[in-house]
Amino acid sequence: MAADISVVDTAPAIPAPAGPLRAFWASFSENRGAVIGMLVLLLIVLLAVFAPLVAPYSPTEQFREFSKLPPAWSEGGDWRYVLGTDALGRDMLSRLVYGARVSLFIGLAVMVVSVAVGVALGLVAAFAGGITDVAIMRVMDLIISVPGLVLAILIVSVLGPSLANTIVAVTIVFLPRYVRLVRASAMGEIGKDYVTAARVAGVGRLRLMASTVLPNCLAPLIVQAALGVSEAILEAAALGFLGLGAQPPTPEWGSMLADSREFIRSNPWIVTLPGLAILVTVISINLMGDGLRDALDPKLKRS
Amino acid sequence: MKTAQRSGLAALALSAVLMASTGLSAKTLVYCSEGSPENFTPALNTTGTSFDAARPVYNQLVEFERGTTKVIPGLAESWTVSPDGLTITFKLRKGVKWHTVTGFKPTRDFNADDVLFSFNRQWKTDHPYYKVSGGKYDYFNDMDMPKLLKSIEKKDDYTVVMTLAEPNAPMLANLAMDFATIQSAEFAEQLLKAGKPEQFDQIPVGTGPFSFVAYQKDAVIRYKANKEFWGEKPKIDDLVYAITPDPTARYSKLKSGECHFVPYPRPADLAEMQKDPQLQVINQPGLNIAYWAFNTQKKPFDDKRVRQALNMGIDKAAIVKDVYLGAGQAAKNLIPPTLWGYNDKVQDYPYDPEKAKAMLKEAGVTTPLDIDLWYMPVQRPYNPNAKRIAEMMQADLAKLGINAKLVTYEWGEYRKRAQQGEAMTVQLGWTGDNGDPDNFFFLRGCAAARPGGQNLSKWCNKEYDDRLNKAKTLADPAARAKLYEEMQVIEHDEAPDMKIAHSIVYEVMRKGVTGYKQSPLGGHKFNGVDVQ
Amino acid sequence: MFKFLLKRAALTIPTFFALMFVTFVAIRLVPGDPVEVRTGERGISPERLAQFRHELGLDQPVWKQFLDYVWQLLHGDFGTSIVTNERVLTEFFQLFPATLELSFFAMLFAIGIGIPAGVIAALKRGSIFDQTLMGISLTGFSMPIFWWGLLLIMLVAERWGLTPVSGRIDLIRFYFEPVTGFMLIDSLLSDQPGAFWSALHHLVLPAIVLGTVPLATLARMTRSSMLEVLSEDYVRTARAKGLSTFRVIGVHALRNALIPVVTIIGLQVGSLMAGAVLTETIFSWPGVGKWLIESIGRRDYPALQGGILLISSVVIIVNLTVDILYGTINPRIRHGR
Repeated sequence: MAADISVVDTAPAIPAPAGPLRAFWASFSENRGAVIGMLVLLLIVLLAVFAPLVAPYSPTEQFREFSKLPPAWSEGGDWRYVLGTDALGRDMLSRLVYGARVSLFIGLAVMVVSVAVGVALGLVAAFAGGITDVAIMRVMDLIISVPGLVLAILIVSVLGPSLANTIVAVTIVFLPRYVRLVRASAMGEIGKDYVTAARVAGVGRLRLMASTVLPNCLAPLIVQAALGVSEAILEAAALGFLGLGAQPPTPEWGSMLADSREFIRSNPWIVTLPGLAILVTVISINLMGDGLRDALDPKLKRS
Repeated sequence: MKTAQRSGLAALALSAVLMASTGLSAKTLVYCSEGSPENFTPALNTTGTSFDAARPVYNQLVEFERGTTKVIPGLAESWTVSPDGLTITFKLRKGVKWHTVTGFKPTRDFNADDVLFSFNRQWKTDHPYYKVSGGKYDYFNDMDMPKLLKSIEKKDDYTVVMTLAEPNAPMLANLAMDFATIQSAEFAEQLLKAGKPEQFDQIPVGTGPFSFVAYQKDAVIRYKANKEFWGEKPKIDDLVYAITPDPTARYSKLKSGECHFVPYPRPADLAEMQKDPQLQVINQPGLNIAYWAFNTQKKPFDDKRVRQALNMGIDKAAIVKDVYLGAGQAAKNLIPPTLWGYNDKVQDYPYDPEKAKAMLKEAGVTTPLDIDLWYMPVQRPYNPNAKRIAEMMQADLAKLGINAKLVTYEWGEYRKRAQQGEAMTVQLGWTGDNGDPDNFFFLRGCAAARPGGQNLSKWCNKEYDDRLNKAKTLADPAARAKLYEEMQVIEHDEAPDMKIAHSIVYEVMRKGVTGYKQSPLGGHKFNGVDVQ
Repeated sequence: MFKFLLKRAALTIPTFFALMFVTFVAIRLVPGDPVEVRTGERGISPERLAQFRHELGLDQPVWKQFLDYVWQLLHGDFGTSIVTNERVLTEFFQLFPATLELSFFAMLFAIGIGIPAGVIAALKRGSIFDQTLMGISLTGFSMPIFWWGLLLIMLVAERWGLTPVSGRIDLIRFYFEPVTGFMLIDSLLSDQPGAFWSALHHLVLPAIVLGTVPLATLARMTRSSMLEVLSEDYVRTARAKGLSTFRVIGVHALRNALIPVVTIIGLQVGSLMAGAVLTETIFSWPGVGKWLIESIGRRDYPALQGGILLISSVVIIVNLTVDILYGTINPRIRHGR
């Protein structure tokens, strides 16, 4: 896997424009790792979307007489509960499948909100300049100076632990990178002739932002956003692990792990499986993100 | 590097003599404790972790016998209670030496001044030490000492007279508690003169079996045996508390021999521990109760039948099995069976969802009924996982047509709101302080039912309350026990709560450790303990 | 150069003040109360609660509390922990060496393996080694480290018994007073034979866990940075001129390739601190990360406030240093390319 995550000199090999989407796909599908990542991710997304159909049981139903069963293939397992059951006799497979919903939702929600807010703030900072710019950028510096997890913990402590607040906290932590990215590329574009020309021609500020500057920083933004999803999932899981994430009986992977930590010796699979689910999901997103980066923006290949 | 090598030899010899940590004759016991103490003055603290850290160093006037709740002489050799129950005269032990630590060398033995100092610090607001280190004397106030005490006087150097405002049967047991620890007045004075009174609570100077050596926050506390100890002499030379908050890590360290004794093992690990020939696992019913209180001032819980129905609708046996994992026994009374006054004739409600449904119907409850169910955000000695219990109750209640919404708050906030009566149904519990039944039964008394009081059911029953108040003033345990037994019957029938369980406290040590006695009060004491 | 340095440093001052203000307000917004939280099941009478809140200054309006706090800070006083009654600064410096020691070795592990691996991967691009390495580093990069830590403890420390489970040194065999707070240094100073090895032995597993993500990041970074440099004209020219591969790579390419890597190392410090929170929690490591988490639980305002401020200052200072270092290595930055 990951055959050529950041190969530089294939860049000029991109053929003459044959429709941007096709060119993109041609470049993306060249990357074996990215394709594998995408397929795995697609599978996870499908599982999440069709969770009620896929999962054999409800994620919260307790089969008390079958608590802490090992996976079916190991000794003492039961094929009715393929991946075993947790401390309360809830089916692990069902919980993991429903957990995919929660984790992907967190990842996507954080990404969407932080991109939207980040783009807005970044553009405002670049165009307004002066005090506004300084104020926005200082706030971003502030956020960066506190270690991410510590900040997230503090925010969740203020707002109270819940799924929604996890999203808020992680979003705030991730905001600066988008703001900085958008501001930097907007600043780069502003001075260029075509923007000045458009401005002189009387194009409104908003339109200027939306139509000229934004498309130019779209590629790095998409790449950053894709990787942001996986980081958000990790961050949310860490919060869940510290008991500050989604609350019961929501089957969030991080809190499933935290809840079952006591069984790490006696029934290790209850702890191992949610962690594995996080790992696989994050790897596949990252693989895909790498592929996206290579395909979208050859210039970015090094970062 | 060369000097290091040269002096290495000397240091080796020195360390063998000084620390006796590598020598053959030295015996070190490592206790893997569960957390850092707040400081070393028990009067200021509320957690068992802090008490455990101070306990090797200190004594009280009277003490709980190791392994029981029986009150025996400590720094007071004997005491007499006047016939009206209002005066207690303590004869103090003579020739008790204070520890010598870095920066303090005692010039005199323990005497009445130390007793007066230790109580007055917590009691008299104008005492020079009253405000030192925050001055929160929670236990002194919780046990109602300011109200109960009229005076404490020194008759001579070895006689102290305590006068009470009213007769109080549990008083002697109170004095055996950690907050009543006797500290050195001389050391306090020396620090005050030096202008560093707050150090008094960081460096413990006591009369106990071990003297304090060093503390490194979040890492380790070290003590060494006090050869001049007046009581049961320690059999080990060094006592080390290795602070290890994670129970899995504690277990692993025990297995690898990095520690000899481990408190609070994970119930999930018990089965494996019991099979291990290297280890010995001991247990004792804890002096505690976990309950689920119904707020009797909120509909529909003002109806006794609803409360009884819920008692029948929850599969208690499953909770004990899946949450306590064997480290608990189902509870039917407020006090644990090991405490005197326990009424074993009370029959617990059976698990019978059908009957529960019928009773709810009879009480005119329309389903689906929405209630809230509060669970603590933290692990407690009596409840290993309130969240998991809440999830199980939620599932059981759903079968009765009740939608329980799980609610929790930050721990301090949780208790405050629950005590204000904001919850409909709420989990909480209690850990006994001194082995007196009153210390449990007051939880359902009328005085505690006020907003902000500890009676979370806000249930006030005259029959129950009269007996509670009467029992407190009686000196005869048998007469008290009879009243308590009656109260348990009343409370069972009225069902202001569902009793969940009494936890069973497990402790694990390596095979070579001998002479340890588990305390029903949950504390840890290491004099008389030996290690091979 | 000096002007650049000064300007850059001056920029951090408002950040620091804003940080002070924001954490101060945020912490006071956290529900719960330091006095309430310690009373456990028993609770506290309203009068006593009011009295203690008064003594701690919690009954004052927040702006007044803040001004008092700033005044204190200007005098170098970070306040006193409500729980232990120790000075926050004292507590911090008791615990910080442990975090620093752990972070340092985590970084050492990451650099020591990550950079050579990245260089080799770049040189043997497309080989099995390269592919495997990139696969592993992607996995490391995606690792939920709390889970990784639990897994390693279970396998390495318990099943195979290769390392101790937690703690910083064997407490049965060794005892010495802390001098520097760095266990490795103290163990050498103590002159007790074996103490150093014991301390090192205890450090291995936590350092690996904390170092995993930086290692993966560094390996990836080094590889792509190296690839880029190798494709640049001057390297090609040098190679074409027949300079030995070793010279080209060792002298020209590596030096240039490492410039962005140094920045990354600096930027990792922030995430290292965040990782330390999890690692210290898992390994019962007596550092500042665990202390912060516990302070939140106890609503110990002064400790929490001081802790966040101090840790963030460390991050700010490190980032500043990296900026300046980067400016030195790469003068183009200074002139605002």
